[in-house]
Amino acid sequence: MTDTLTPVLTAHWDQPDAFTLDGYKRVGGWRALPKALAMEPDDLIATLKSSSLRGRGGAGFPTGVKWSFLPQGDGKPHYLVVNADESEPGTCKDVPLMMANPQELVEGVVITCYAIRAHHAFIYVRGEVLHVVRRLRHAVEEAYAAGYIGTDILGSGFDLDVVVHAGAGAYICGEESALLTSLEGYRGLPRLRPPFPAVAGLYACPTDINNVESIASVPSIVANGADWFAGLGTEKSKGYGIFSLSGHVTTPGQYEAPLGITLRELLDLAGGMRAGHRLKFWTPGGSSTPILTDAHLDVPLDFESVAAAGSMLGTRALQIFDETTCVVRAVLRWTEFYEHESCGKCTPCREGTFWMVRVLERLEHGQGTEEDLEKLLDICDNILGRAFCALGDGATSPITSGIEYFRDEFMQHQKEGGCPFDPTASTLFAELGGPGGSSPRGLAGSTS
Amino acid sequence: MPFSDDVRSRLDADAAQIIGKYPRPRSALLPLLHLVQSEEGYVSADGIAYCAEKFGLTEAEVTAVVSFYTMYKRAPVGDYHVGVCTNTLCAIMGGDQILAELREHLGVGNDETTPDGKIRLEHVECNAACDYAPVMMVNWEFFDNMTPQSARQLVDDLRAGNKVSPTRGPGRLCTWREASRILAGFNDDQATDGPAAGPASLVGLELAKEHGWTAPAPTQGDKQ
Repeated sequence: MTDTLTPVLTAHWDQPDAFTLDGYKRVGGWRALPKALAMEPDDLIATLKSSSLRGRGGAGFPTGVKWSFLPQGDGKPHYLVVNADESEPGTCKDVPLMMANPQELVEGVVITCYAIRAHHAFIYVRGEVLHVVRRLRHAVEEAYAAGYIGTDILGSGFDLDVVVHAGAGAYICGEESALLTSLEGYRGLPRLRPPFPAVAGLYACPTDINNVESIASVPSIVANGADWFAGLGTEKSKGYGIFSLSGHVTTPGQYEAPLGITLRELLDLAGGMRAGHRLKFWTPGGSSTPILTDAHLDVPLDFESVAAAGSMLGTRALQIFDETTCVVRAVLRWTEFYEHESCGKCTPCREGTFWMVRVLERLEHGQGTEEDLEKLLDICDNILGRAFCALGDGATSPITSGIEYFRDEFMQHQKEGGCPFDPTASTLFAELGGPGGSSPRGLAGSTS
Repeated sequence: MPFSDDVRSRLDADAAQIIGKYPRPRSALLPLLHLVQSEEGYVSADGIAYCAEKFGLTEAEVTAVVSFYTMYKRAPVGDYHVGVCTNTLCAIMGGDQILAELREHLGVGNDETTPDGKIRLEHVECNAACDYAPVMMVNWEFFDNMTPQSARQLVDDLRAGNKVSPTRGPGRLCTWREASRILAGFNDDQATDGPAAGPASLVGLELAKEHGWTAPAPTQGDKQ
């Protein structure tokens, strides 16, 4: 019925000028805005609610509901902040979107601001992607020049200013309350909630924070209707989304599909695992989502099914690793990342990630014991749900899931007095004479 | 040594423009730190003093912000900041080997600058380009699908002053100071340079076109 892939946000990325205002208009862009401005803001919020769009930044909270949380008639300025700080390891969808199609994001920004009665929007983009910063700013400038941003937009009486704000390198700033603290010019520390940003966000004013892909989905929903969007996907996870395949697959890249597609289907599209290798483990939505294995190839990639399988849909960042990869090394490296990025505000995360790295190093070097695994799980238990924000929770995911599925491999390191894997075998250039070619040909399902 | 009057008046004009974009001035602190970094190639004590004065903060308050964010450097970087992604996916796909070989090739440790002042080598975290792994960044532009060989060639070209173009980016690679100025809020003229998307970004779209797969036609509305 519905096609396997359903390009909407990615539909015109192959046009050389897709990122320009002219290029975007040529493929139907900027037609949702006049339609939106002709509607009552509350009706727009209702449209988003009935589309059932759920936040594309990982948490999956219904976007329209989030919009409706902003108090109206409160006399305070309202703000929209777009979370473009894409930094979750494995996640690589917003950056190509902003590079190729920043206009659709900007159109979504204008519509969203009109709906939530905001006259100032910020796109908080991570600083480490210079060309994306250029493209975003260029898109905003073009939209100003065309009268889509500024005063009295298209004669509607609605005024809006949009600022592209470059971050300065801090994973924690992808956490929405830390992002706000950073945008106010401070160290990016998360804030206690409640009050939620919808009530007391930027400058303690009502603030809506949405992910890039969520906001970029708004024009198509307004243009094509909530039913159109809700007709895609699964019962509780509606619509389309970008699935990012990376790692040991034949054709890594971006695949835009209805929610509910499976890894088996995506791997088939991507030409399977790299030749001669089989799937070992993968993340469904970035490093903060517990890893899964080849037993989960047929889990529908929607919010509910992935949760039922013990993980999270997250950002649909499918990092795929074959049998040459040491799971202890992978988990250690992710944990080093969380240790480095922990903001230090709360003790469980700050101290916990530090000690987990020490224990994992010992295990990776063959000096660990069975008790170390219990110690790791105990530390995870003391972080999960007890950290100040989701960074700490996420730091436990690779460890608990890694031990759950690969406990024997952790202990094999001890037995062999070191890592039993050859790291060169998992590199992309291993096939050029490295030992990777001699790996077993046991292929997972139909995925080769 | 505090900024000269010349430098100061130039910075003041830029700072006024940046601060003017925000409802509350302090929101401009991060951009202003990028700005002083563009002036000197790093965030010096003078740069911190300048920002503190602009916002009526103490130097300690500004330093606290600087030390939180990895993109602000407290020592001169050189012309090119070379980052090698060694987060899990890139590391496993070859990033660890690339970094190790570059360290040896350049004779520097992590976060150190070559004696000729050209290159600062640093391992970086996930830069949102996993489908192009292993990834390197030079002055925060993408260099995709790297190998130890292409990485060595890249830094050799940078040191020799040969023309180097990012994989998905402008034709001309900015210097570190120019890049910092863009981050502060001032675009150069290269926004429309380079491709809309790289090859990996297009694989799903190309497959869909090949099979005639599309999103369903609208049930209402007028979008093409």
